[in-house]
Amino acid sequence: MANSLSIKDSFSERQLYASRSMSLGLLVLVMFFLLIARSIQLQVVEYDAYRTRSDENRIQVEPIAPSRGLIYDRHGTLLAENRPQVSLMIVKERVQDLGWLLDEIGKLIEIKPTSIESFWRKLDKPRRPLEGVPLKTVLSESEQAILAVNRHRLKGVEVVSELVRFYPFGDLFAHSVGSVRRISPGDLERLDLAEYRATKFIGRRGVESFYEETLHGISGYRRIETDAHGMVQRELEVIDALSGQNLTLQLDAGLQEIAVNALDGRRGAIVAIDTRSGGILVMLSSPSYDPNDFVEGMTTVQFSKLSESKDTPMFNRAINGLYSPGSTYKPIVALAGIADNLVNWKEEIQDDGWFQIPGEDRIYRDWGWTVEDSGGQGKTNLRRAIYRSSNVFFYDLVTRMDVDALATFSANFGYGFNSAIDIPDASEGLVPTRSWKKSAKGSAWYLGDNVNLGIGQGDLLVTPLQLATASTVIANRGSWVRPKMLLASDKIVNEALSREAPSRVEGISSADWELLIDAMEDVVHRGNRGLGEDGTAWPYIGQNINYRMAGKSGTAQVVEIKQGDEYDEDDLDEYNRKHAWFTAFAPADNPSIAIAVLVENGGGGSSVAGPIARAIFDAHLSSDQEQVKYTAKLRPDR
Amino acid sequence: MTDRDFERRLPGTVEMSSLARRWAKSHLDPILLFGLLGIVAYGLVVLYSAVGKNQTIFLNQAVRMLFAVCVMIIVAQIHPRIYLRWAPFVYLGGLILTVAVLLNGIEVKGSKRWLEIPGLFRFQPSEFMKIAVPLMVAWFLHERQLPPSLKDAAISAIIVIAPAIAIIFQPDLGTALLVLFAGSVVIILGGINWKWIAYVFAALATATPGLWLLLKDYQKQRILTLFNPESDPLGAGWNIIQSKTAIGSGGIYGKGLFEGTQSQLEFLPESHTDFIIAVIGEELGFMGIMFLLTLYCIVISRSIYLSVQASDTFQRLVTGALSFTFFVYVFVNIAMVMGMLPVVGVPLPLVSYGGSSAITLLTGFGIIMGVITRKT
Repeated sequence: MANSLSIKDSFSERQLYASRSMSLGLLVLVMFFLLIARSIQLQVVEYDAYRTRSDENRIQVEPIAPSRGLIYDRHGTLLAENRPQVSLMIVKERVQDLGWLLDEIGKLIEIKPTSIESFWRKLDKPRRPLEGVPLKTVLSESEQAILAVNRHRLKGVEVVSELVRFYPFGDLFAHSVGSVRRISPGDLERLDLAEYRATKFIGRRGVESFYEETLHGISGYRRIETDAHGMVQRELEVIDALSGQNLTLQLDAGLQEIAVNALDGRRGAIVAIDTRSGGILVMLSSPSYDPNDFVEGMTTVQFSKLSESKDTPMFNRAINGLYSPGSTYKPIVALAGIADNLVNWKEEIQDDGWFQIPGEDRIYRDWGWTVEDSGGQGKTNLRRAIYRSSNVFFYDLVTRMDVDALATFSANFGYGFNSAIDIPDASEGLVPTRSWKKSAKGSAWYLGDNVNLGIGQGDLLVTPLQLATASTVIANRGSWVRPKMLLASDKIVNEALSREAPSRVEGISSADWELLIDAMEDVVHRGNRGLGEDGTAWPYIGQNINYRMAGKSGTAQVVEIKQGDEYDEDDLDEYNRKHAWFTAFAPADNPSIAIAVLVENGGGGSSVAGPIARAIFDAHLSSDQEQVKYTAKLRPDR
Repeated sequence: MTDRDFERRLPGTVEMSSLARRWAKSHLDPILLFGLLGIVAYGLVVLYSAVGKNQTIFLNQAVRMLFAVCVMIIVAQIHPRIYLRWAPFVYLGGLILTVAVLLNGIEVKGSKRWLEIPGLFRFQPSEFMKIAVPLMVAWFLHERQLPPSLKDAAISAIIVIAPAIAIIFQPDLGTALLVLFAGSVVIILGGINWKWIAYVFAALATATPGLWLLLKDYQKQRILTLFNPESDPLGAGWNIIQSKTAIGSGGIYGKGLFEGTQSQLEFLPESHTDFIIAVIGEELGFMGIMFLLTLYCIVISRSIYLSVQASDTFQRLVTGALSFTFFVYVFVNIAMVMGMLPVVGVPLPLVSYGGSSAITLLTGFGIIMGVITRKT
């Protein structure tokens, strides 16, 4: 019974399948005929139209690249512009015999051997199909005329007029503004082809990269009719490209120039922030490089010289350089102590120049131990601990603190994350916590780690931008403005959506803020009190000053000094000497600018970094009153 | 009485010549093989022109096609009961890999489609699902009463939809639709009531406005461009305008091999991959396209014919699904290049440059040949 049922089913299923595949087969047949019909429509019925389009009178869509938005500083000085450049390009795909062609061109116009060399080099690099390779980048009018006359026999030669990015200040803004470079096939993989069909350059690094979409603009196109020789007969339709937006940055070119001159070729970084808006007035990293070299690409020798230099000119120290903040971290430790009621402004301790954790042998020393042989700062309260930069006071304070609470509190000042609005590649730095140490180093947190942290040494790492940001927060008595590059644009810019600012610092009364800032003013202005009584920076920058500055110096150890050894500048290799820090804001009561200066391996913070900060404050605060702009030196044309 | 007894009485089991016996041993179907090799050979010639007589690319492709044909011959040696035994495992394994891609895949141009075994090779599990899904549905349906009950049809639908959803999230809408089709065709061939099919279509039609909202901007753009390519001549419309011009200007006899102005001057994008039919249309004209369509027609009608001859439900469903899926690739690609469907990334079967699609397709034909040359 069951058996016969299965046979019956097997038979009916076969029937069912046959009928189903017949139906679907019919559908397939119909669809085949659809394809055939479409083929007939295109190739027989509309043949003439398409034939004309593809043949004698060719209608082509030619994309038009938008011109890139210009970049200005806050006073309208051009930082990045576009210059027309007529160049001789060779489209390799259209050339029969490249050697012959180069000889012929050489007979007509002057081509330097170096240009031919660089032409062959660029030819080897990956590029888009049918994209020309430049042979000579600046053509005179007579040369253009000669080429035009001979055009018919030089197949594959194109005289192209294009706008090329130019940075008039050369290396001055290389790290902040960034640069563009020719689009590579690699870029095309991620780019919107429709938008970049005609575009030759794309922003790389800095503002040029972050605001790429805004600066780039929107492509246009023209529909043209050409004859069999590719000559344009007439234009049928033109949709103009929409130029990229011009951007005005917060940067102040004059101030940047002053900062560079004050740094005087030393390795280091400077960041200055407008404390009211968060606008970055100065951002520089030294040494720098000429971004114009990147626009057309440089030789391998040039590039390896840049990239392999021990001074790392391509490295942006201002946002990616990670350094111990040294004593500049003390004000934050002080505030953290105040917020947790671990310290007040009255309490005094005896600073004999050394500190020991109870029950441990290791001795932690004051910075003055060898420098002045003073044996410590004597009776010290919090204010004195700041203007004399007493290590012992902070050793004592920080051993009473919880490291994780200190880390959380430090985040209030922008440490440990990137708080900038439009600098996505800024480093986050590192604020050590128990769990971090466990996972990164595999060991528990010791009280000795606290001691190092209290004076900004050990594992704590910050960037110059973060230090300037922290000073901005102190200048604003705990309120936040995020650092940013952009001041204004023609229209609303998509990229820099205003991110919410971190909430204001909690737990500090306004009296405490003022007392801290008073102590930081003492760092600069407390003077003529005798040995061991003046502010640490006073001898170098505190005299003949007509405004109030609140600052803090810092000297960050680069190599660990062994127990019992003395730090002797002369014994150390230059690259192992201490980094000099100085951070400050002014005017102290109504701040408008905060600065962080780092001089790598510079030595003393007050003596080396302090005067640089003072030079920038002097220029900025005087120009605010006079409205007279100092100007930066333009780079001479090449 | 069993099927086997029934078979023995069939005529035609008389003396075979030794050549025919050898053929039978190879488990290859001569007509199908002739059609497939014809397409491959024709495709290589056109490809040589499409890549501007670039010998490296041409040889590269020739080696790949040779490899794919070998894979087909080897697969043809596998007995159908192996598929029957392994179908659920193959399907589950594939499903796991498809989900693994979402978690661990390599991202290329914004979508995660590839899984890499470091140092060895990388592959697309979704490509594999094009075969695994119809196998699984056929396995599920073969021991059930056909036409399927509503419950069985629903379970089959889940088998099909689960991997499709995973693939949509890669995101790879084109492949997801093809997997969906390959599975659904098994259910339709299984005899599901026409009424239910009509309901599904009606439901889809009502949902269309909602689905539209789910599409990404670039996908909407592609569909809109279909109706008016001139509205976006630099972006999505570019390919369509260029390919239609190339095909249309070919006329009846074409401009001659290697003579296509549109394809040779690189106006035509992707001319050696997804848009290669445009090169055929331009250089070999209407006749060239007809020749290719004829070859496709031979292959498809032969494999459908063979699937009807297959000896049990499982084999019929598997071979039928693979045949109709093959046709869908052909149709979707050509219709896309001729501007009848939106641009989706489907290569022209056995002609476009690239190896992985050819391997999948010829594996499918290997299965078909292996099945229909054995009477169980």
